Amino acid sequence: MIDLIVIPLLQIVFVLTGVLIAVMYLVLLERKIQAWVQVRLGPMRVGPHGILQPIADVLKLFIKEDITPVKADRWVFTAAPIVVLVPALIAFAVIPFGSSVSLFGKKISLAIADINVGLLYIVAVASLGVYGIILGGWSSNSKYPLLASLRASAQLVSYEVAVTLTFVSVILTAGTLSMVGIVNAQFNNGVWFLFVQPLAFAIYFIGGLAETNRAPFDLPEAEQELVGGFHTEYSGMRFALFFLAEYTNMIIVSSVATTLFLGGWLPPFPNVRALAFLYYVPSWMWFTLKTLLLLYLFLWIRATLPRYRYDQLMRIGWKVLIPLAIANIVVTGAGKVLLGS
Amino acid sequence: MFNTDELVINMGPQHPATHGVLRVVLKLDGEKVVDADVVIGYLHRGIEKLSEHRDWTQIVMLTDRMDYCASAAANLGYCETVEKLLSLEVPRRARYIRTVLAELQRIASHLVWVGSHAMDIGAVTVFLFALRERELVLDLFEEFCGARLTYNSMRIGGVPQDIPPGWDKRVLKFCDIMDEKLAEYETLLTRNRIWLGRTRGIGVISGPEAVAIGLSGPPLRASGVRRDVRKDEPYAAYDEFEFDIPLGSRGDTYDRYLVRLEEFRQSTRIIRQAIEGLPAGPVLGKAPRLIRPPAGETYHANESPKGEIGFFIVSDGKSTSPYRFRVRPPSFCNLQALPRLIRGHLVADVIAVIGTIDIVLGEVDR
Amino acid sequence: MEGQLAFYVLSACILGFAVLVITARSTVHGILFLVLDFLFVAGLYVLLQAQFVAVIQVLVYAGGIVILYLFVVMLVNLKRPPEAHKDRHRRGRLGVALSLVVLAEFVMIALFGYVGPGVGAEGGGLSVRNVERVGWMLYTDYLVPFELASVLLLVAMIGAIVLARREL
Repeated sequence: MIDLIVIPLLQIVFVLTGVLIAVMYLVLLERKIQAWVQVRLGPMRVGPHGILQPIADVLKLFIKEDITPVKADRWVFTAAPIVVLVPALIAFAVIPFGSSVSLFGKKISLAIADINVGLLYIVAVASLGVYGIILGGWSSNSKYPLLASLRASAQLVSYEVAVTLTFVSVILTAGTLSMVGIVNAQFNNGVWFLFVQPLAFAIYFIGGLAETNRAPFDLPEAEQELVGGFHTEYSGMRFALFFLAEYTNMIIVSSVATTLFLGGWLPPFPNVRALAFLYYVPSWMWFTLKTLLLLYLFLWIRATLPRYRYDQLMRIGWKVLIPLAIANIVVTGAGKVLLGS
Repeated sequence: MFNTDELVINMGPQHPATHGVLRVVLKLDGEKVVDADVVIGYLHRGIEKLSEHRDWTQIVMLTDRMDYCASAAANLGYCETVEKLLSLEVPRRARYIRTVLAELQRIASHLVWVGSHAMDIGAVTVFLFALRERELVLDLFEEFCGARLTYNSMRIGGVPQDIPPGWDKRVLKFCDIMDEKLAEYETLLTRNRIWLGRTRGIGVISGPEAVAIGLSGPPLRASGVRRDVRKDEPYAAYDEFEFDIPLGSRGDTYDRYLVRLEEFRQSTRIIRQAIEGLPAGPVLGKAPRLIRPPAGETYHANESPKGEIGFFIVSDGKSTSPYRFRVRPPSFCNLQALPRLIRGHLVADVIAVIGTIDIVLGEVDR
Repeated sequence: MEGQLAFYVLSACILGFAVLVITARSTVHGILFLVLDFLFVAGLYVLLQAQFVAVIQVLVYAGGIVILYLFVVMLVNLKRPPEAHKDRHRRGRLGVALSLVVLAEFVMIALFGYVGPGVGAEGGGLSVRNVERVGWMLYTDYLVPFELASVLLLVAMIGAIVLARREL
């Protein structure tokens, strides 16, 4: 009874709270880091160095007036942001934040659910998130958000293909679809998959940028562009949910990349006896560190690069990333056969 | 098989990327721009008409506010036109100082241009970097004439006061900083493949077409036409300095970017020569107390950062205001090329092209 | 026991939403109910220990195919009602006739083709080796249908491109 209900419930509450706080502070981190890159300071007033800024933002969004366009489909209009956020949140169910901890004499795994098709689960859930964008644009009952949302979802769907193909290479290398299994495979091989599959990592990261609508692939939601973007008609809490979903997706992409390519919760050089002292650092701290590193990469890229035009974006997805990903699969497969492993 | 309609989209007058109150009505076929109709006039303040009721000296203040990113250029153009009417000789020192001011102004205007152009295309950081350098220019101007944007920095006959002590050293120091920071912008943009993808081959116009439409300034030079008022009809002290005119070859957005970037370097080159060779002497020529040019009309052109700015002034010899004051604004004439430049491109390129023409609505509308 | 309960709950949801799909006033609402239906079907697959198929159901069906349905519905103007036929009861009659045919089919299957549980039973290893089993089947026993399906998709894609392009 306890094992079946209480512990998972606790895990879920813990992870959800952690994720939501992390997302709030990721927004602050982005503003700060972008500011420092741009020779300015960012939020400084609310709390020391702007630490309490996310709370002020959440408060503001809560008390804003709730505007629904006149002819909009009310149910779908309200449901769309939820449909974007929920898949992003439930994807955290399979992410292994660490190996395991002992609490009250019980061994609790730091992955809420280690299902045998964990990686595919994430892909499936991500593909559901596209609905929110399409419905958000459509339910605003205005042609510009509709067109923008269709463009954004076409971008997402295209890059999903490339990303899923890179997963195939990783699955080939690890021999399992389970997230915990992939980390264990990296432990058994003694090397992070980043060094075995560098191309897959690159393709995954670029695809991740496009999946989360981040620069340089953020044309569908850029303010300087002509068409308003699919969340034009949204304000207040609903807009906040879209916003949260984007940052939650960023964290998911970084967490998955950490698990697949950077060894998850393992310290660097996990099998080297001489570096065994690194295990004193808790496993979830290694995981967090690596994820933060990738998130910083997201933010850094946004501050530096201009953005691609839509047709150039689609060209890269279809004509560059997908062929490369397929070639990577072929080479990985051939390698496995030749090396007999 | 299916019939598709043309979509008409309105851009502006309130829009984050139109550099002011510009309205462009686009006719689209899918994503391609079929035609564009530019609507201007939202910033018209009647500067030319107002000038007919102001003293010749007061008009300098009005010329500030046309192209507010390049006030000194307009000041200079106006003052020189009136000096031409008066046949007034400007002392050599004043001409040197005027040249320094004009070139500093060119740098400031180009900094705004590179920042906002890059920001429109997505590279937000360049904007902040450019404005950081522009602060230094604005500080120099503030020391000289007391204002940061609308300078009123020239008088008929010269400049209102001499340079503050140590100003020349600070200007030279700024030139060193500017040359160094230019490398930063180049690193971020010039060989960035995303930047190249967004600017190469966008908004192409050939040399003869550019001349026919009336382009001037960097857009004209990027199409390969060698025309710069500073070399062809030298004014201020430009005939005494050595500098090159950067030319492009393809006439696309990327070439316009390269041309303006090179103009930064040439400007610092001119400034250094001017400061190092600054002669002694008065800074204001022997202008009459009450300026009343003899009856007549004249046209005089300058090379403002945006292009060729021309002033056509008619004086009736009797009153203390011009009879007719007409400006040939470079932004207005360059803007005429907009429909021609974006035809056939995608919607996302419209922003890039508006940025590359480098317009200031204050000048377009006056 | 829990399995049975889950099965009945899921089935009720599936049937309920299926009815909503047909009776929804707005086509987009109908499609959204269809997506929910697919999610519950995936739940059924999980009950059957076929986790891989469940996830693929969500990924491909709900997350790919229905999205394309949505695109079409949103971009095509469906406001005009279909033209009415001379015989006003034609639709009702056709509907009843088709339903009777399908019902007859079900009855035939139930009487003659029903395969009871216990066939293809492969106990504990099924969960873990799900993906492998499906992979083997696809590339050995069911290779030809697999390739045929791929060719079918390719044809559909080429057809769509040909229809949509203005000039090549």
